[in-house]
Amino acid sequence: MSMINYASREISCKLVYYGPGLGGKTTNLEFVYEKVAPASRGKMISLATETERTLFFDFLPVDLGTVRGFKVKFHLYTVPGQVYYNASRKLILKGVDGVVFVADSQADRMEANIEAMQNLYDNMQQHGYDLTRLPFVIQYNKRDLPSALPIADLQQNLNPGWVVDDLARQKPLADPVHAGEWLVSEQDGQWIERAQWFEATAITGEGVFDTLRTVSKRVVQALG
Amino acid sequence: MMAPGTSWYVGAGEAREIRALLTDFLADTAANTAMLLDRGGRLVVCEGEQPAFDLTTFASLAAADYGANDQLARLLGEPEFSGLVHQGERDAMHLADVGRQLVLVTLFDVRTTLGLVRWRARPVVQALAALLPRLQGQNAGMPAAVVSADFASQAEAEIDKLFGG
Repeated sequence: MSMINYASREISCKLVYYGPGLGGKTTNLEFVYEKVAPASRGKMISLATETERTLFFDFLPVDLGTVRGFKVKFHLYTVPGQVYYNASRKLILKGVDGVVFVADSQADRMEANIEAMQNLYDNMQQHGYDLTRLPFVIQYNKRDLPSALPIADLQQNLNPGWVVDDLARQKPLADPVHAGEWLVSEQDGQWIERAQWFEATAITGEGVFDTLRTVSKRVVQALG
Repeated sequence: MMAPGTSWYVGAGEAREIRALLTDFLADTAANTAMLLDRGGRLVVCEGEQPAFDLTTFASLAAADYGANDQLARLLGEPEFSGLVHQGERDAMHLADVGRQLVLVTLFDVRTTLGLVRWRARPVVQALAALLPRLQGQNAGMPAAVVSADFASQAEAEIDKLFGG
């Protein structure tokens, strides 16, 4: 739910990084904070426990600059991944414009990934938002670890796709990032759409900006 | 379900009306600053003394603070807390709900009292709540879309520059 302020000539959009605990959401924001020019970003706020686990959220405002006379701002948030912090997670989703789901690629985190994805769908629904109609990107993080599952396994479990009811969108859409893959395709007589996905190693920054670029572009496209 | 692109639209007319309400409110209470923010943590308007701190950060934290207290109220079996107060040695802030969509934040000090701020905030909150449909784009007088295809393509070019990695 972007805010278009004609009076102050500002547009601000909210992006939320969601996913299981210790999956790398905060690491994504920290990398963005380190790499974006200081003049283009504000202070990063982390409401964390004494062991540096996210308790409520991390927040990083980034200024895109002026586009057609409007200052465009992205507000990046993370949510706490631990299961028992659901009230906080739900609160942070309020007014969201785009979602990045940061999955942990390790085999022993699959259950936690699935639980977090289900929780995302549930919380979005409770807010009255339709995740399949919002800019939504999945990041498979920790690809550098030996215990990382093959992408096909992660896709099957976390990004099986949803049925496309809108006739206008029932046409093949190639994945612009992964050759030979489709974001929208016909399967067994049904049109299925999947979220755009990226591989990442957030600790080194690999894939962090690919993910952010894609979700933020989709958010500005959705402003119309 | 809410479609993507459902937005807050703050037009010049709406901003003028909000500012007028807040200016009168500040004059009536001798409070320092009045801010209107959305529950998602974005600032709509800041009127009165401009604070020295970063308003973007403040709006984000204040909205989260209010949202958390709203949930606490529900846990206690209350539909809502009518307002929230943080009292410092000299400065204080009062937060009030506006139609469950926005939050009115008032910063004040020893030159006024909490009671006066609370009392005067009530009619202001009601007047602001009456503006909500217009702020959510439910009026016909919306300016021609600034967010045209041209806007998106220019914004995407800026995104490439800023997030080029």
